[in-house]
Amino acid sequence: MTPPEKTIEIENLRLAYGVKEVIHSVTFDIYRNEIFGIIGPSQSGKTSLLRCLNRTIDFVSNATVSGTIRVDGADISRIKDIYALRRKIGMVAPLPVGLPLSIYDNVAFAPRSVGLTKKDDLDEIVERCLKQAALWDEVKDRLGTLGTALSGGQQQRLTIARALSHQPQILCLDEFSIAIDPVTTMRIEDVLKELRNDITIILVTNLTQQARRLADRTMFLCNGDCIELDSTENIFSDNPQYAKTYEYVNGIFG
Amino acid sequence: MTDPIDPVTRFTKTDFVVRKERIQSVSKILFSLMVISMIIPLLAIIAYLFYHALPSLSWEFLVEVPKKGMSEGGIWPAFVGTLYLVLISLAIAAPIGVFAAIYLNEYARDNWFNRIINLAVINLAGVPSIVHALFGLGAFVYAAQFGYSIISASLTLAIMTLPVIIASTREALASVPMTFREACWNVGATRWQTIRAIVLPNSISGILTGIILQVSRAAGETAPIMFTGAVFYKAVSRGDLFPYQLNEQCMALSMHLYTVATQVPNVKESLPYATAVVLLCSVLFVNAGAIALRVWLRNHKKW
Amino acid sequence: MNDTADSTLKNTLPQRQFLSIAMENLLELIIRLSGISAIIFVLAIFFFVFREALPIFFSDHFDLAKFLFNTQWYPTSEVNVRYGTFALTFGSISVTFLAMIIAVPFGLGSAIFISEFCGPKMKESLKIIIELLAAIPSVVWGFIGLTVMSRIIVSLTGAPVGVNLLNGGLILALMSVPIIVSISEDALKAVPDSYREAALALGATKWQIIYRVLLPSAKNGLLAAVLLGIGRAVGETMAVLMATGHAVQIPHGPLDSVRTLTANIAAELGEASAGSDHYHVLFLTGILLFIITFAVNLTADLVIRGIRRK
Repeated sequence: MTPPEKTIEIENLRLAYGVKEVIHSVTFDIYRNEIFGIIGPSQSGKTSLLRCLNRTIDFVSNATVSGTIRVDGADISRIKDIYALRRKIGMVAPLPVGLPLSIYDNVAFAPRSVGLTKKDDLDEIVERCLKQAALWDEVKDRLGTLGTALSGGQQQRLTIARALSHQPQILCLDEFSIAIDPVTTMRIEDVLKELRNDITIILVTNLTQQARRLADRTMFLCNGDCIELDSTENIFSDNPQYAKTYEYVNGIFG
Repeated sequence: MTDPIDPVTRFTKTDFVVRKERIQSVSKILFSLMVISMIIPLLAIIAYLFYHALPSLSWEFLVEVPKKGMSEGGIWPAFVGTLYLVLISLAIAAPIGVFAAIYLNEYARDNWFNRIINLAVINLAGVPSIVHALFGLGAFVYAAQFGYSIISASLTLAIMTLPVIIASTREALASVPMTFREACWNVGATRWQTIRAIVLPNSISGILTGIILQVSRAAGETAPIMFTGAVFYKAVSRGDLFPYQLNEQCMALSMHLYTVATQVPNVKESLPYATAVVLLCSVLFVNAGAIALRVWLRNHKKW
Repeated sequence: MNDTADSTLKNTLPQRQFLSIAMENLLELIIRLSGISAIIFVLAIFFFVFREALPIFFSDHFDLAKFLFNTQWYPTSEVNVRYGTFALTFGSISVTFLAMIIAVPFGLGSAIFISEFCGPKMKESLKIIIELLAAIPSVVWGFIGLTVMSRIIVSLTGAPVGVNLLNGGLILALMSVPIIVSISEDALKAVPDSYREAALALGATKWQIIYRVLLPSAKNGLLAAVLLGIGRAVGETMAVLMATGHAVQIPHGPLDSVRTLTANIAAELGEASAGSDHYHVLFLTGILLFIITFAVNLTADLVIRGIRRK
């Protein structure tokens, strides 16, 4: 069996806000076309880790990052066109954010920002992305209404559609289910399982059972340290390598 | 003594509570009196101005030129002059102010350099108007050799009102939620694309409000234009909309009020009052417009 | 591995056009330059005012200590020219002081009323009125002082002239109340509602909440409001020029006429011929004013910043 292809390699990543270090030297790899779960209590650096990946951490003025992150072999701290990097990585924030534009414009925003203006191409992208995000049937008759007028669950799927609109190879979902109901969550989870055929998915969640349902491999991050990284099966078994993992997964702390 | 457990007496007021409540109502009355004593006399004063202005107030007063050594006639040249000064200073200050606010709110990181910029903006807002006048005189009239002219006066006014525009635009920009920006960055939009597509369309009414407020401030200022471009009197034909060249001096409403109130002998009694009322009404009208725009904006928010 | 799908994903989106990137860089350059412009303007103000003031230091009639502390201001005297600004500085201080004695309690009281005692509708309309008050031009205030206020003062006190220290103080008070109200209202609003609720839960009345909870926790913001009010009062020109009378003297009571630093420049700059000592000394007075207001505003800013850091 050949070793799986690595799409993201992270080496000795450290992140500090001012003098306070929130991620202490984390090293791990993410393979192509897997669903990679990251679990851990709040304040353990999960969201910050994602922000390092697409370099939106640059917008935080007092953050200092060290260590290397390679995406498809390219060191992202040396990348010139960081916007291309961000288009390569789709990002879904915890709370749904419908931009105050129409539904159509929400999804067409990213393609337009790289200069795609042909109506046919845009129509096709919008339809495909909304279908992939399981939202098409609900909104296909009212693409002109404001994205902010949708319900929370719909907005979250709109956010996912927007994240898919720039055709990313990696999709990061940051606790996407905290603001939506269980039924919608299950629908999105089904969507994710389908998307896995095409792209790599990084799933940050504090619902440990969600990681268990979806992820191929799971990493347990606690207070900025990678405690354990293993196949999901092992993490959720009765005897993971570290007792702390067992305690967190079974709700004894966190 | 009452039984402490008796449910009826348990919630009756003690003397202490009664006294406490009395202080409460006294304080409330006191504070409302303070507000009233501030507002009522002012309304009375404004009504007094109107009452005295009434004999002169007419459409004729607005479009007529001053006569008999400015002791009679209308205020047309002053009105048009103020219009010129305000519009030109607006054309200079609005773009710089809006861009500066965009820089401070969207681009600037929290470092020493930008703290100095912030400090400069605050300081610029606090510089007395007469110091702006000295600056305008030294920089534009003499150093840049624009002479006493509309352009010198407008530049001085523009720099003076710049911090007003910066402050209000920043406030408008800051009211757009951060999550919108992050969502845009996440899909690979550049800073400017984000500003252009999301931040500006959602703060434009707030920015406009600030610009309108600049107009009203610039219209009322006297000291900065007094020594840079405004003149006591200039012959202009009645109702002429384009009486001034940019390199000429002009009359201005605020300056005209100062002149007729203090410098001109034997002025018709209602004339300065009418001038004051016209100036006051123009400024308040513009301000009311800004407030109306803001209220409208709040009721039509998209998120 | 799904390499074909991968490469199609990569290629369906075009690269951005060179032109649009260039336009964007140009715009960002303009934005950055505008951001820096505030610093440039402040430095330019100092530079140009100081440049016009500089020659006075080489004049025989000038002495910095006398300029600051002498009360004799005779800039146009033929025999004995004296440039002492102390009477003017004292005029500025006394008018500001009088204005603050009136404006601070009324301003703070109104702010407390607006933020704590009235309903949302009332609050909205009062804030609009305050905002409109703040918009009244200073020359109109001066005119009010000259006509309305002076008549009231003459009829109430029997003073020979109505344009004096008291008149200027009252006008300045009315002018600085709006700024004090709006900033203190912000400061009171910034006190978390949880403080009020916690105090209410302990059975405190409104007055006790204001006195023991709000004022202590908002004191820095209120101080900043007062400082900015002072800044506005010191820098005000037209209103004091028209309302305080025209005597360069140390006032003995509120009914004496005074002249302030600002009014002095406005009154004499037109008469002083460019390049004369008188002209230069007026610019030096401007530098003095610049420094005073800079200090006041800087302090207010540090006080406000102190709150934010907390």
